[in-house]
Amino acid sequence: MPRLTRARTTCLVRCLLVFALLSMSPAFADTPVAASSAAAPAVPDTLQQRMAACVACHGAHGEGSPGSGFFPRLAGKPAGYLVRQLADFQSGLRKYAPMEYTVRGLSPDYLREIAGYFAAQQVPYARSPLPAWPAQTLERGEQLVAQGDASRGIPACSRCHGSQLTGVQPDIPGLVGLPYDYISAQLGAWRTHTRATVAPDCMAEVAGRLSESDITAVAAWLSSHELPADMHAQPAGSVQPPLHCGVLSGNGAGT
Amino acid sequence: MMRLRRVLPVAILLALVLLAGWLLCPQGKASVPRGASTVSDASLRDPALIARGAALAAAGDCAACHTEQGGVPYAGGRLLPTPFGAIATSNLTPDRTTGLGDWSFEDFWQALHAGIGRQREPLYPAFPYTSYTRLMRDDALAIYVYLQSLPPVHRANVPNELAFPYSVRRLLVAWRALYFREGTYQPDAKRTATWNRGAYLVQGLAHCNECHAPRNARGAVVPERFLAGGEIPAQHWYAPDLGMQANGGLAGWSAQDLVDLLRTGQSARGAAFGPMADVVRQSTQHMSDADLRAMADYLGTLPARPVPAAAPDLPDADHLVQKGAEVYRQRCSDCHGADGRGVSGVYPPLDGNASVVEPTGINAIRVVLLGGFAPSTAANPRPYSMPPYAQQLDDAEVAAVVSYIRRAWSNHAGAVGPQDVGRYRHTPED
Repeated sequence: MPRLTRARTTCLVRCLLVFALLSMSPAFADTPVAASSAAAPAVPDTLQQRMAACVACHGAHGEGSPGSGFFPRLAGKPAGYLVRQLADFQSGLRKYAPMEYTVRGLSPDYLREIAGYFAAQQVPYARSPLPAWPAQTLERGEQLVAQGDASRGIPACSRCHGSQLTGVQPDIPGLVGLPYDYISAQLGAWRTHTRATVAPDCMAEVAGRLSESDITAVAAWLSSHELPADMHAQPAGSVQPPLHCGVLSGNGAGT
Repeated sequence: MMRLRRVLPVAILLALVLLAGWLLCPQGKASVPRGASTVSDASLRDPALIARGAALAAAGDCAACHTEQGGVPYAGGRLLPTPFGAIATSNLTPDRTTGLGDWSFEDFWQALHAGIGRQREPLYPAFPYTSYTRLMRDDALAIYVYLQSLPPVHRANVPNELAFPYSVRRLLVAWRALYFREGTYQPDAKRTATWNRGAYLVQGLAHCNECHAPRNARGAVVPERFLAGGEIPAQHWYAPDLGMQANGGLAGWSAQDLVDLLRTGQSARGAAFGPMADVVRQSTQHMSDADLRAMADYLGTLPARPVPAAAPDLPDADHLVQKGAEVYRQRCSDCHGADGRGVSGVYPPLDGNASVVEPTGINAIRVVLLGGFAPSTAANPRPYSMPPYAQQLDDAEVAAVVSYIRRAWSNHAGAVGPQDVGRYRHTPED
């Protein structure tokens, strides 16, 4: 009996010692990042700092590169949509080598956190400079966006992307406020299979039914359309998509 | 003289026949049907053996090659680029027609240990049986049992895309005679059990030398440069020297630094990126601390390296370095520090970093162009990252800053020119 008590006491003392040592270690200190080098300033423990690789091109608040339109805006896009894109870059369904390289080693949780950050950003929309389109092109564009083309099985964009074309939570992106180059490049990418998503890939179906001049017309109209006052995506469930889409089957959380 | 004239043609003919026979005869042993295997059905269902096999398969990083981008793990289909063309990895799931469903353990052992396939064909050494031959039979059995426990995936194997004459599989018989020595790991009785465990893992299952050594023109690793670093052919990354003693790539690293890198993806001495980030994420972070320590223990005993001979520097090296110092001050010093020491656990040091001073400059060039994250690991799930500079810096600026970091502080590596940067700007990221 006394031996057991002594053993217990020893154990207790050891536990206290371990605790005391641990509490002195940097892991328990107030600043989570230990700077070894006196010359380097402490690194902020923020998501923005962690994802310097993302904000270098897409902007600190996901504003993109409004001047060139080369790096798309991420701010305010539905979170489910953004997570899906990151997962598609990982799996190679969506192809853009620098993006595939950047996200390849990141966990689903981290991707969700990054997507959530950009989805929550509120920054004003900037307009990109536009060429002057012939009235005919813009008319055809408006027709496709608002009514589609029933003869070729092309639904109106608004059927999925919302009555104001600002997207629908949580998985459908807005189409207004995007540069012409980006929209036409994405529609082209669907046709050449460098952009795809989980089956059934309904956007690939729709893009496949568009002619090249249709793509120009749609992109021209969408990029020159006056922005609605409220650019937020519509609430979930506010549209009844006419096609069965793989990206809409779940909660879009990248599963 | 007359006699020689008569005998010589016969001798030449005989030699040719022998050579042809040697090249054409099937290699290894005939396939063993599963029914005739020595492995019992009970072993195949043993959960402890399956779990051990899962851990070993992770340590061997089998899934890294045997999974295509976005594909089911172990179902194969990834095309591995080599200087001789692309090699398609095979389906390791137990599907009976496209995978290992009909393979007995004896077949699997012959592939892993001897590099011979089920049709008695020599396997291309992109499959690193040159290292796996060191594996103990028990470990191979556990891996086999684990693979057989996976859900079968029906995915037909895709053909290799090899150029002639490398597409002639029989020529591997000659390659094997020159470069392959079959044999399990033989412990060194003069060393500790930990050291032997580390040597077994490094030389065998973890197959480190397949990347961390130079390869000759026939694609074989150069034996006398064991783990001394080498360019990964056709992938355009440099796998640094793993020597931890004087002049080694990891000189100055403690065993703990190495364990940190393999477990978390970064250490006080450097971070994992490119192909090594994948290795950490999929393989080494899942290994036990004891195994990682054993590997560090073994690598710590690799011999000291000779002092590297000073390479002839570019004629305008001084100018490049001078210009690079300014680029560094503007773009890099906020994170990596004016002293190149980085921030421990966040941003890797560049001073003394093996990937900065490796002989080719490829790694530093590509990291500046691509930026990127350290891998997400259990110990470091939300890694910090580096911006890509491909869009912001032109070839001359990248060459300047890379030349600067290769020569600043205690670094003494050669400068790189804009043409070097141009070469890697458009190389595939894989």
